[in-house]
Order: sequence, then C-alpha cells, then structure tokens
Amino acid sequence: MAVVFEKPKSLTSKEFHYCPGCPHGIIHRLVAEAIDNLGIEGKAIGVAPVGCAVMAYDYFTCDMIEAAHGRAPAVATGIKRSLPDNIVFTYQGDGDLASIGMAETVHAATRNENITIIFVNNAIYGMTGGQMAPTSLPGQVTQTSPYGRDVKTAGYPIKVAELLSSLDAPYYIERVAVNNVKNVKHAGKAIEKAFRNQMEGKGFSLIEVISACPTNWGLTPQKALQWVDEKMIPYYPLGVYRDKDKEASV
Amino acid sequence: MAEKVLMKGNEAIAESAIRSGCLHYFGYPITPQTEVAAYMAKRMPKIGGVFLQAESEISAINMVYGVAATGKRVMTSSSSPGISLKQEGISYIAGSDLPAVIVNVQRGGPGLGGIQPSQSDYFQATKGGGHGDYHLIVLTPSSVQEMADLTSLAFDLADKYRMPAMLLADGTMGQMMEPVVLPEPKTCTVDKPWALTGTECKREHNIVNSLYLSPEVLERTNIERFERYKEVEKNETRWEEYMMEDAEYCIVAFGIAARVAKNAIKVLREKGIKTGLIRPITVWPFPSEPIRKAADKVKGFISVELSMGQMIEDVKLAEECKKPVSLCSRSGGMIPDVERIVKSVEEMANGEAK
Amino acid sequence: MTSQILIAGFGGQGILFSGKLLAYKALSEGKELSWLPSYGPEMRGGTASCSVTISDESVGSPIIDNPDVLIVMNLPSLDKYEKTVKKGGVIFVDSTLIARKVEREDVKAFYIPATKMAQDMGTPNLANIVLLGKVLKECPEIGMNGMEEALKKVVSKHPEMYERNLKAVEAGYNY
Repeated sequence: MAVVFEKPKSLTSKEFHYCPGCPHGIIHRLVAEAIDNLGIEGKAIGVAPVGCAVMAYDYFTCDMIEAAHGRAPAVATGIKRSLPDNIVFTYQGDGDLASIGMAETVHAATRNENITIIFVNNAIYGMTGGQMAPTSLPGQVTQTSPYGRDVKTAGYPIKVAELLSSLDAPYYIERVAVNNVKNVKHAGKAIEKAFRNQMEGKGFSLIEVISACPTNWGLTPQKALQWVDEKMIPYYPLGVYRDKDKEASV
Repeated sequence: MAEKVLMKGNEAIAESAIRSGCLHYFGYPITPQTEVAAYMAKRMPKIGGVFLQAESEISAINMVYGVAATGKRVMTSSSSPGISLKQEGISYIAGSDLPAVIVNVQRGGPGLGGIQPSQSDYFQATKGGGHGDYHLIVLTPSSVQEMADLTSLAFDLADKYRMPAMLLADGTMGQMMEPVVLPEPKTCTVDKPWALTGTECKREHNIVNSLYLSPEVLERTNIERFERYKEVEKNETRWEEYMMEDAEYCIVAFGIAARVAKNAIKVLREKGIKTGLIRPITVWPFPSEPIRKAADKVKGFISVELSMGQMIEDVKLAEECKKPVSLCSRSGGMIPDVERIVKSVEEMANGEAK
Repeated sequence: MTSQILIAGFGGQGILFSGKLLAYKALSEGKELSWLPSYGPEMRGGTASCSVTISDESVGSPIIDNPDVLIVMNLPSLDKYEKTVKKGGVIFVDSTLIARKVEREDVKAFYIPATKMAQDMGTPNLANIVLLGKVLKECPEIGMNGMEEALKKVVSKHPEMYERNLKAVEAGYNY
C-alpha cells in the first residue's frame, strides 16, 4: 500500500502535550517539513522558548536548547556566531517574543542576525493559564483583563511584523495563519523560505504565525478558528511585510 | 622566561582569555570593566573571533549560554549592576551544566552605587546569585598577573567540572597596570559529547536544558551536581599563606584588600605584633580548612573587606567559634588603608575588639 | 628600595601619561611596579591622579596613602596632597599654574615653570614631561635610567613624538 501521508522525519515520535485543537502541532509539523524538504535536519539547532512550546526540544530530532523566557534570539545569536554553517531557529510565543523578549527580538532583527524565527501569535499566555499577552486584542477578556483589555490602561496590541519591518536590516518578515488548509499550505511555504534564506546567508527571517488557543479563549476548536478569521486576521493582516529578494528585483 | 609586559588588569583578562582559546566574547559597556570589551573589540576581528556588543547584559549572558552550549570557550564581563542582570542567565548555565567564564570587576553598590572598587558582590558570587541550588567557581585575583593566570584557570576549571566560573575582581585590579607574563596559548582539551553541533543525522539529538517538571528528577539532578561540587571543593580550593608560620593574628583578605593587608603586616611586625595573612584565591570553594587549622594557633582573626562585612561570615563558619573574629572594612568604593588595618589588629591585640 | 610617586592635576594634563612613562621606565630597568589611575567621569577636565610604585621587591598595595614624591600640576592637588607626603619627601610644583609655595618645612620642594617652558618650546601639552625631567634629576633613586627606552615604547605609534618628548625631559632635567 502506498504511503500518502506520514510524519516528517524531523519530528520525534514523542506525543505532543498540546491541548486538543491547538495549532502548535500543525506549526511544529510545518517547521519539520521545511527542515526535511531542505535536507537540513543534521545541521539544524533549535531554540525552545518559555511558554506552551517549552518542551519543543522533545519534538524535533535536531539538536535543541531551552532558553530563558524571551531570550531565544540572544541564545540563537550565540549559537549562530559559534557555528555559522549550522541552521539555527527559534520557536517562540507572543509573551516570550513580544513582551519579555522584545529587546532581544528587535536587536537580533536589526543586526540582521542570520537566524530563522517562528513567532506564534495566539493573543494570550497559554502555559500559565490564559493571561493578557502583548498581542491580546482590545476588549479581549483574559484572566488578567477580566473586563476586557482596556487600551487606556493596558495599551494596544503590538503588531510585531509591522514593527520589525520599520527596521532597515531584517531580510524577510511575513505574517501567515494556520486556520484553514489554504493558509496552512501557504504558511509552510513561508517557513521554508525563512529557512532557505538562512542557508543562503541572507539574514534575519521571521514568520509570524497567527494561531489560536481554544482552551484559554474558551471556544471550541472550530469556533476558535472562526475567531481567527473574524477578529485576529482583521487586526493582524496577513502578508509579506519585508522581502529583500523582491526589493532587489524592483 | 616569557617577556614581561605592562598591562591594565582588564586588558590582561582579555588577552589571557584569547590565549586560553576563547574566541567568543559578549559584553555591554559599564565602568570599571569597559577595557575588557574594548580590547576584545580590537582583537577578535583580527583573529577570526567574535566580539559582539549586546543590547543588554541579559542578552550578553544568553549569547554566552548559546555559545557554551556549542562547546566552545566563551566569556562575558561586567561590573556589579550588570552582573545582577546576568544572574538569570548564570542560573540557566549552571542548571544546564555548561562551562562559561563570567568576569565581575566589582564597584560599590547597592543600586547604581558608584564606580569605585568594591567587594560587596561576595554574597552574590559565592552564595548563588541567581535562583536555585547551584555554585560558581569563584576566583579572586590580587594582581594583574593573577588577572591573567586566574582567567586562564577559570576556563580550564569550567570545562573540567562543566560549570560556570567567575573571576571576582574589583575596580582597582581592573584599572591598575603591573608587569605581567601572559600565559602560553592553549585550547580546550576536554571532550564535549553533549555539545550542540548538529546531529549530522548520525546520533541522537543533544538537548541542553534546565527544565525538569518532575521534582524527583530535578532533585536527583541537583544531588548529582552537588556531588561534582564536592570534587571541586576537594581539588580546587586555593589560597596563599603569608607570614603565617609564627603569626598570632591572622588577617583574612582577598583581592586589593590582601595587597593593603600585606603592607599593614609589615608595619605590625615592626611594632612587634606578629600578624599573618590567609588570602583566599578561591572564595567558592572557600579555604575553610587552613582557617580552621590556623584557629588552633592564632589569637584571633581580622576579616579585611571592601564591603559591610560579607566574607566574615565564611571566616566565622570556618574557624568554628574557636577564636574572636573582627571586621575591618570600608564600603561604597572606599578601601581600608594600612593605618586602619593596623589599628584593627592592635585593637584585637589589646582586647578592645568587638 | 621602594618609591611611591603620586602625580596629580587636571584631566587632560597628561597625568596618567606621566605615570605610564615612569611605569615603563621601571619595567625596562627590570624593577617591580604598579600603576594605578583615578578613573571615572573626572577623566576630562576634573581632577586626575595617578599612583606609581617602583620597587626592587614585589609591590604590596598599589594604593599610595603617603607618597615619597608628589608631582602637582594644579592648586587643588597641592592643597589636597601636600599634607600626605612622607616626612623628608619631595614635592614638584608646576609654578606656572600654582602661585603658592609649599608650606611644609619637613619636605623638599622644587618649583618648575613647566607649562611656560613647554609653551616656549612649542609643545604646550608636554608640561607634564618637563616636570618629570626635573623629577628624574632630583630623585636619584628614580633617575634617568631606562627613560629613553620607555619613551620609545609609550610613543611607539607616533615616532615624531619621541624627539619632542625627549627634548621636554631634557629641558626639565637641566632646569
């Protein structure tokens, strides 16, 4: 019988610990597929964040390191500077990357550090049980914004792709989503490009993946995907925010 | 013998690190250690090394964590407030059993404090500093020569015991120039099968990590680490004894305080007060044994420090209440002078010490 | 034999450089030494000082509480350090910049119009070196030995400075 669908080689056989309906599994798979497609499993070194994906080091077959909260881009910088021929990526959530780790993110970007960042934006702190994230939407109810995010006191969400694309240095920044088949397929291509850029020595590539958190949003997985369509994507428009490949050809 | 050159302590650290095979340095400007970064910035590009001025101390130590995980020799340096910022990363490095060298050229604190020399990060360096059960090997240079020698030693010990080592200096040591014979170039000889290098699809993946969600496993990991610390205590405790053969009073001091103490000892001996010095070269592990032995011979101990009195606690623990221990110290960037040390010892000799 | 030399003045007068020269001189003579600068925001314009200890045996503390030799290039430094000089010590005063005399009678004092001399020689920033020349003359335990070698080392990147510095040393020495 022909095998038509199988687990990517770059994923271990360890079962994911993620909640039912959590897109982390899909995003992990997309990262692993990109690594497989590019044949870089043996050269890849991944940096896991603090957050729901903290145990990502158990799921990828490549060498892995676990970073302190928000510090993944700095850790990745150290690794890449030590081993420039290896392929170094971080996998980070919104609290990790856009709150506690904002300085590390911005400075890795402005150095055009030749690394790949997979940034998962689900507008909430999942691991700690659903607190307000830097990317939580105005009015969004969370454990620490029980009356809805009040922009007067809690400020506005941070649009990471837009913010980083205001810098001169970064090579490639794109925002994608994984809420339907079409978007998932496109996200896979973007992630692969972000890795390929690094292989070609082009520099900093960040893919912001609009994700969902059914558990902490208090929605069914299906409703959560709908919420992504109706609330998240209008606030966080998908698309390419920076691509120096294209700029060069213009 | 190799040529003696004249160097600032901070420069001696940097050059010694390079000669020890450290080709990765991450720093952030802060007085009084900036010369380390400046020296690295100048040299590293010429020898194929990496100098990176990080966006913060926090980033710098996490870059160190990244390089250490790849098995290469790596260093960062800072001064007291910056070292506080690095504590998170140091705890992760210790918890992941990685070798790395951290230099603290201390200045007065707390808070922004001042920029003059201090030893008031003693507790921070020897009692943990960051969160969790761990230790650093802490080396305390007392001359520019030792700035070079102990930096070199720090790399070897860090690799040997898979743990971070700290060079605990002070502003005086960093800023002063003395003749120094630089160590011969060397590289790491320790095998590092745990290092992240890419699996090349030929081995199981390596994971560098300090997360253990099972308390049983975390406890076991900590116990195993402390077994290794015992080895460090057994093999690597270092100190110097100066005029202790016939001493009736024992000064305990390290770094710049030990230098001033040696001058004071000369004055005291001219006055007929037989005083000696035990100078810890490692403050973790602390040289408790020679102090305990000295307690059987001397009439008392004087802990000379550039702090409100931190090391004195270890001196008291070491001598087990056998003899009185008094404190002679200045704080905030001040340095106890010869006169003050002489007076402290005289007070003890006259039974006036509190 | 141990000499403790304290040099003090304004930042920018070459206080640390004078000390460095003495340190290199001691190194080329094969002596033990330490050089300790004041550091921090006073580097430009505020008061600067530099402690140099030269000895036949290993140097204890690099900190100088009571210098054998004091070299001062501004009034605040003379006011501050005159009382600290050892009995029988020597004070060198740049008399272009400091109008008053040394008050103590248990120390020797020399007054050199170093700043004026340096200006007249067309090298106004070498007053520190002129002053140092006089020190080498009047303190035989320090002396001229090793000075040329030290100068070569210290100004190695600017060989044209060697001659000018040497001239300044000689001017002070022969004053």
